[in-house]
Amino acid sequence: MAKPFDVSDDKFDEEVLRANSPVLVDFWAPWCGPCQPMGAIVKELADEYGDRMKFAKLNVDGNPKIASKYGIQGIPTLLVFKDGKPMRQIIGLRPKAELKKELDQLLG
Amino acid sequence: MTMDKAYDVVIIGGGPAGLTAGLYATRAGLKTLLIEKGVIGGQIANAELVENYPGFPDGISGFELGQLMHQQAMRYGLETIGAEVVALEPGGKTRLVRTSDGEYVARAVIIAGGSELSKLGIPREERLTGKGVSYCATCDGPLFKDKTVAVVGGGDAAITEALVLAKLCSKIFVIHRRNQLRASRILQERAFAEPRIEFIWDTVVDEIIGDERLEALKTRNVKTGEVSTLNVSAVFIYIGFSPNTGYLKGLVPLDSAGLVITNERMETTTPGIFACGDIRHNSAKQAITAAGDGATAAMATERFVREQG
Ligand SMILES: Cc1cc2nc3c(=O)[nH]c(=O)nc-3n(C[C@H](O)[C@H](O)[C@H](O)COP(=O)(O)OP(=O)(O)OC[C@H]3O[C@@H](n4cnc5c(N)ncnc54)[C@H](O)[C@@H]3O)c2cc1C
Repeated sequence: MAKPFDVSDDKFDEEVLRANSPVLVDFWAPWCGPCQPMGAIVKELADEYGDRMKFAKLNVDGNPKIASKYGIQGIPTLLVFKDGKPMRQIIGLRPKAELKKELDQLLG
Repeated sequence: MTMDKAYDVVIIGGGPAGLTAGLYATRAGLKTLLIEKGVIGGQIANAELVENYPGFPDGISGFELGQLMHQQAMRYGLETIGAEVVALEPGGKTRLVRTSDGEYVARAVIIAGGSELSKLGIPREERLTGKGVSYCATCDGPLFKDKTVAVVGGGDAAITEALVLAKLCSKIFVIHRRNQLRASRILQERAFAEPRIEFIWDTVVDEIIGDERLEALKTRNVKTGEVSTLNVSAVFIYIGFSPNTGYLKGLVPLDSAGLVITNERMETTTPGIFACGDIRHNSAKQAITAAGDGATAAMATERFVREQG
């Protein structure tokens, strides 16, 4: 069972940008209501897609560098990285079925 | 259709109205499914602190209040799924509920879909949502720490959120199209006493300026016609609510604003379909009144289901 891992500003380069598979990063914070159900969906996605890609969570409270580098101005936001580049950005809470469609498309 | 998709009651929406209806329906022994497309708790999940829900003398976070209501209903067997209801078909003995994730059959349906914050409906609003345009100060406010931001609106939600932002941002402009607020007195007093909040009266936002992110707002004074540009990093929009009733047109009576018309037992004129909470015509739009509506709806639903046998 694959689980999302916590990533920080310092480890972002190593764990996301230089990863050898696509990585979905869930930008969230403890104060944000809609981030909670989004986090639960990301956990389920990690379970279902964990063999094909990685899932990370970045708490913007305490990791401001990466959030500002990618212009995160609203949470929850999901960014999918492939070969160190952001490929797809999804802003706001979405139903799981819609996210699965996005991932299926991205993974081809 | 498999039997496990058949329920006595399906509740559409997991805000205070739907969760309370779920509590009462399950305690009455009805097999009950609640369908929520977004966040359990509904709109109240966005409220940083709820100070007028009785039983919590020190206030309670809206998100936590929603979670507690959900836990309480689940103790009595409420089932919940995350999906969006896209269509509802009345029928003789049962009603069909179509969702983004399968179909369900119910003897009665309680509509508790609440409302959503209205959009301004101006250029670039949608494209810059999450890029400086926001409908949730508690979510996005901390990303604009020590910045200048604007709030549009003059009701409870607008002023509550302006006060949340006053703890984080260096300056908050509240833009309101009238020259006085609709918000409750106590909120008004707090806002007027807050030095970081400045009011811009009789003014509307005509345009959002920015390519990659919000840079400024183009505003217009409705009395003088004077047009100005206001440089802000974010705008939080709280100009009112639109009911989530698009899929109900022609199925239950709606008023001119799209709100569901019911009697005092929360019955619509369509047998077996009930409505409660903010989605209802003339609702007081408060968590406690939505909860009260939910209880009333569940009791009427119980009677309906038992009478149908
Ligand atoms: C920022 C803010 C602060 C507030 N502060 C307070 C306060 O301090 N005190 C107070 O009493 N009230 C407050 N309110 C108002 C209060 O939140 C609402 O009155 C209350 O939540 C209404 O409850 P409801 O259950 O009728 O609807 P909602 O809370 O709107 O819940 C409806 C739910 O139904 C879901 N839904 C809608 N359509 C569908 C569909 N087709 N399929 C599946 N699900 C669907 C929605 O996703 C939503 O979660 C505040 C509101 C806001 C926005």
